[in-house]
Amino acid sequence: MLSGIMLIGGILVITRKNPVHSALALITVLLAQAAIYLMLYAPFVAGVQIILYAGGIMVLFLFVIMLVNIDRAAKERTFNSQWLVGIVAATALGGLFVAVYTKGNNIFPEHALSMVENDNTQKVATMLYGQYMFAFEIASLLLLVAIIGAVVMAKKRI
Amino acid sequence: MEPMLHITTLHYLVLGAALFLLGVIGVLTRRNVVIVLMSIELILNAVNLNLVAFSRLWGGVHGQIFAIFVITDAAAEAAVGLGILIAFFRNKETVNIDEVHLLKW
Repeated sequence: MLSGIMLIGGILVITRKNPVHSALALITVLLAQAAIYLMLYAPFVAGVQIILYAGGIMVLFLFVIMLVNIDRAAKERTFNSQWLVGIVAATALGGLFVAVYTKGNNIFPEHALSMVENDNTQKVATMLYGQYMFAFEIASLLLLVAIIGAVVMAKKRI
Repeated sequence: MEPMLHITTLHYLVLGAALFLLGVIGVLTRRNVVIVLMSIELILNAVNLNLVAFSRLWGGVHGQIFAIFVITDAAAEAAVGLGILIAFFRNKETVNIDEVHLLKW
C-alpha cells in the first residue's frame, strides 16, 4: 500500500501542470518513503528524511515556486519539445530494469529476520563519527560551498 | 488465514527502479525547470531506497550512512540548482527549459 502511494505520488509529480501540485505530490512521496524506511528497520534515516527532505528541501522548492512567477507557465504546454525522445529513452531504461530483475531473480535472498533492535541511532552515530569521519567533514565542507554558491547565484549584482 | 506475500529485497529494488524510471521520465519530458529539479530529487530518493534495502539485507548500517550522505548532497544540490534557476529566471522571465538554447549548435 505504501508503495502504491509512492508510485501514484511519483506519477502525479511528473504529470501535473501546476508545480505546486507537483511539490505536494513529492512531499507525499517523501513521507511514504520515510514510512518504508521504518519498515526496513532504519528509523534514523526515516527521521533524517522527514526533517531534512520533506521539511527543508521541499520548503525551499515551494519558496522558489512562489518567487518565480508561474502564471505565464500555467498557460504553456506541459511537455517539452523533446518528449518523444525522452519517452523512448525511458522505455529503454525500463526494459533494462525488467531484464535485470527477471533474469537475476535468485540473486537476492530474503531478508534476514532479525529482532527489532533499539540502538539503530547509536550504531549509525558510531559508524558516522568513527569510520566515516572523513566523509562527514567533507559533507560539511560541501554544504558550505553549496551555501556560498547558492547565495552568489541568486544575487542581483555580484 | 494464509500468510501474505513475503516482502523480499527484490520488492524494494523493483520499487526503487520504478521510482527511478518515473524520475527519469520527469527529467527528460517536462518543460518547467522546477519540475525537472523535483524529478531529480525523485531519482535520488529511489537510489536511497535501494541503499537502505541493501543495508537491511546485509546487516550493518553502511547503506544507511551512505543514504544520509546522499540526502545531504541532495540538499546542497537542490539549493544550488534553485539559485541557478532564480538567476535564469531573472534574465529570461520564463521557466521554460526550451529557452535554454544559447549553447545549441
